[in-house]
Amino acid sequence: MSLSEISEQPAGYNFAYLDEQTKRMIRRAILKAIAIPGYQVPFASREMPMPYGWGTGGIQVTASIIGPDDVLKVIDQGADDTTNAVSIRNFFARTAGVAMTSRAEEATIIQTRHRIPETPLHTGQILVYQVPIPEPLRFLEPRETETRKMHALSEYGLMHVKLYEDIARHGHIATTYAYPVMVEDRYVMDPSPTPKFDNPKMHMSPALQLFGAGREKRIYAVPPHTKVVSLDFEDHPFSVQEWPDTQCAMCGAEGVYFDEVLLDDRGGRMFVCSDTDYCERRQAEGHFGHLHASGGAGAAAPENR
Amino acid sequence: MTMRDLPLLEIEGLTHFYGAQLGCRNVSFDIYSGEVLAIVGESGSGKSTLLNCLSAQLRPTGGTIHYRMRDGSRLDVYGAGEAEQRRLLRTDWGFVHQHPHRGLRMGVSAGANVGERLMVVGERHYGNIRAKALEWLGKVEIDGARIDDVPNTFSGGMQQRLQIARNLVTEPRLIFMDEPTGGLDVSVQARLLDLIRTLVADLGLSVIIVTHDLAVARLLSDRIMVMKGGEVIETGLTDQVLDDPHMPYTQLLVSSILQVGA
Repeated sequence: MSLSEISEQPAGYNFAYLDEQTKRMIRRAILKAIAIPGYQVPFASREMPMPYGWGTGGIQVTASIIGPDDVLKVIDQGADDTTNAVSIRNFFARTAGVAMTSRAEEATIIQTRHRIPETPLHTGQILVYQVPIPEPLRFLEPRETETRKMHALSEYGLMHVKLYEDIARHGHIATTYAYPVMVEDRYVMDPSPTPKFDNPKMHMSPALQLFGAGREKRIYAVPPHTKVVSLDFEDHPFSVQEWPDTQCAMCGAEGVYFDEVLLDDRGGRMFVCSDTDYCERRQAEGHFGHLHASGGAGAAAPENR
Repeated sequence: MTMRDLPLLEIEGLTHFYGAQLGCRNVSFDIYSGEVLAIVGESGSGKSTLLNCLSAQLRPTGGTIHYRMRDGSRLDVYGAGEAEQRRLLRTDWGFVHQHPHRGLRMGVSAGANVGERLMVVGERHYGNIRAKALEWLGKVEIDGARIDDVPNTFSGGMQQRLQIARNLVTEPRLIFMDEPTGGLDVSVQARLLDLIRTLVADLGLSVIIVTHDLAVARLLSDRIMVMKGGEVIETGLTDQVLDDPHMPYTQLLVSSILQVGA
């Protein structure tokens, strides 16, 4: 951008907050990450106008790839209307002025804290994850020099030590989120704090998946149509969470990821879809659960009463 | 000539300097399969430097080390890549540290400590790993009921035995030991030495053991190397060297053993 052009711009922030040099630096890191699926690329993470832990890594990635024509969706714990999602959406509304949506298939960029939408993603979409701790080996090997060497040499026996400990202590693999995956038979990757329920959705996804860790200054990626395999033992195979005989209390959906909501202090509870967009869409289509205001299909009392 | 007649490890002119400070100088020897070699000497004589160089953990300033692989080929240890060196150290070799916390993962269970090497080499069946871990805990006389306990809850002697089990589970051919009985009380030492001697004989292991305790050397080793000031000053069969030491320093070392009731 030339000096004359800059001087014509209104005073304030650059488009999407970050300056263009920073965006270039982050884009280079992203390109490298895409070229080496699952490899953690260091980048010069910037101070953002919000604390670490609020998704500064994901926000920097989004800010670097977003253009004026993009349509952004932000998810926090599967919901579009929780604090983190609202604050990030407001941030990009003010600094980039792009269109916002809650509909998964309309978005070109989806920034997420935990969930992958229940609605299948399609080619051309980009899923941006906010990652707290990018290093899957960290809890067993505190030395960064050593974990880098282990990645370089594909020494991943340690990852199974963690799963072994799970089975020895709990009788099954008790890791339910940040469940380690092998990307394209080469790098073991931490899929951020997404529940393992979503791990199979990463495998061969048509969407590009980018991961940004702001505090740890790392970016990694899973390009479209890439093999993502959850680690396991032959006699303790990987499995996802299941809620047998459970339907969403609002939309009646089955086989999705549920949030448990306590209703009173006498054990009353209900299960609702964690993906609010998916749930609202189903309700709009006329699917109702037993606690829906319309009376729903069952209109029965909550469970355990 | 069979493979047993060829040396397992050949060391030629091994020298290491820490900057200007001498670690060890011009050490050459061969070790054959099934042989136990003790390296003795006082603190600062270069024993540990030598052991670290031998076990591919400290690149020496000069000299070469060759290792006879299982397929009979001869590997230049420091000419090989780091990947190969680390693989050797995790499969065909073992290293028993003086302090168990250096050789064990203190935060994970005994079973996982023993099973780690199996998982490193690609074992992916939990039941098999656990069975193998139980078997090895038995071999080093640790109660199988402790398999899910973390090493922090073990006594010093148990930790040391666990470290041995962890190293032997992949059936290595060469074990390095750095003062394995240091810091243990006498009765526990005796039990550990007895165990090591039995395992070494049963498995036909080659062992290079560093110790300042001549009693340990006499009990375990076939051959002995005496070091002083970074150099090997005397070498030979253990009984020969200890019964009839030639060098003045070795004579001093041997005569300084407290003879109780003699």
